[in-house]
Amino acid sequence: MIVISDLWKRYGDNDVLKGLSLKISDQEILVILGRSGVGKSVLLKHLIGLTKPDRGYVDVGGVRISSLKGAALYHAVRNMGMLFQGCALFDSMTVEENTAFYLKQHGDPKTLRPYTKAELKERVEGALEMVGLQEAQKKMPSELSGGMKKRAALARLIVYRPSILLYDEPTTGLDPITAMTINELIVKTQKELKGTTVVVTHDIVSALIIGDRLALHKEGKIAYLADPDTFVQIDDPEIRFLHKLISQDPRTLKYNNHNKGD
Amino acid sequence: MVLLWEVLKATLRRPPALSLILKQLYDIGVASLIVVAITGFFTGLVVAAQSFYQLADKGLTGVTGIMVGKAMMTELGPLLTGFIVTGRVGAAMCAEIGTMTVTEQVDALKTMAVNPNRYLIAPRFIGGIFMMPFLTIFSVALGIWGGYLIAVYFFGMPPSQYYDPMPIHITLFDYMTGIVKAFFFGILIMTISCYKGITTTGGAEGVGRSTTNSVVITYVAILCTNFFLTMALNIFREKIERWM
Repeated sequence: MIVISDLWKRYGDNDVLKGLSLKISDQEILVILGRSGVGKSVLLKHLIGLTKPDRGYVDVGGVRISSLKGAALYHAVRNMGMLFQGCALFDSMTVEENTAFYLKQHGDPKTLRPYTKAELKERVEGALEMVGLQEAQKKMPSELSGGMKKRAALARLIVYRPSILLYDEPTTGLDPITAMTINELIVKTQKELKGTTVVVTHDIVSALIIGDRLALHKEGKIAYLADPDTFVQIDDPEIRFLHKLISQDPRTLKYNNHNKGD
Repeated sequence: MVLLWEVLKATLRRPPALSLILKQLYDIGVASLIVVAITGFFTGLVVAAQSFYQLADKGLTGVTGIMVGKAMMTELGPLLTGFIVTGRVGAAMCAEIGTMTVTEQVDALKTMAVNPNRYLIAPRFIGGIFMMPFLTIFSVALGIWGGYLIAVYFFGMPPSQYYDPMPIHITLFDYMTGIVKAFFFGILIMTISCYKGITTTGGAEGVGRSTTNSVVITYVAILCTNFFLTMALNIFREKIERWM
């Protein structure tokens, strides 16, 4: 369970978060929607301790992440992972090295020993196979397309099987087909890891496809929180506009199929 | 100072991987050898040539070897090496860490429970602090050799006149002065370059700005620190020599 309570954050004269509160249940996919610049990514960074709130707190699994720093924070976030909007792949490493990075740094949490080469290879190949990047193992991030970068970043995330996954705009800048692939991977990963997933996006169709619950981040707070079907019926100018977009997006068919259980 | 303390804490708690340290020792030390050698060598040439041109009419050319040795060891060696390492290594380091910061790679490290102070900065600190004295010694040796070549083969000075007074007049204190300065310059270069890198904001333009600032600030800091170290070491010279 992730509990966000009365979160305030100010940058300069701009209050980005104004007493935002939210509870995220275990094993759900919560999608936070909102316009660009409302502070969705700032909220996500609070969840993993990258940003400290001016006021309020964030509890993750009973641990007050917002109060931790240094070694205690690094220990607390070991079981969390984040996919960044710009992917944040280490550009001096190959896709394979990026994927193996966490495992090499921390070793096996059960035995507390470093992974053997064979174990590393197996885990890395498994993660890359899951995202369909087996052929790109030896490539550098600069040689990858936008979609491939997202998938490589996803492989780097799922390889260590975190129980809390945070995605910052996972489909932004991607063509509809690649965006759909990423959405499917997010759902597949969630099912496999049985963790908690928080996705921040302004892509309403993706949100409807993957989300168990949808939240609208507006004016520094969560304005609405509902399941996808209820969410699209909410009488709000932003949601009405988003609703219009849904009907015009070819991926809506996928959403309808998803709803029918296909 | 906060960064320095954080790096020290992270290093003592769990030292960075040996492979990362070795890479930095190579990048900072081995890769800088040629340029340090060239600058040290030509500086030695110039100091020797100047001493001949300035002192010939006074009949003092016999002190050329001592002048080159003392100047290279106590001032020019550490100072020039500091400048070269700042330009060659510090700037690259700041740009690399700065780029990693603005592209969220540093944040990615944190989300993977990897302390950037230990993973990125500590190996550079260790590399810089260890290699600066070695590079300085190398630069000094090349400078003295350069001075010898021009004094003997161009100005016709007898080789013994160049080398023989050195062990008498160049003391252990002079060696120590150069090494202590190089050590402190190493700390300055690494601290300023890494700090400017890790606090970079504003995309590609910000990386350029940080890199320029880190180089300029480091140059100024080296020159100021050099003065204070020279004064402090010489004020306490007797005590230091007694201790040695």
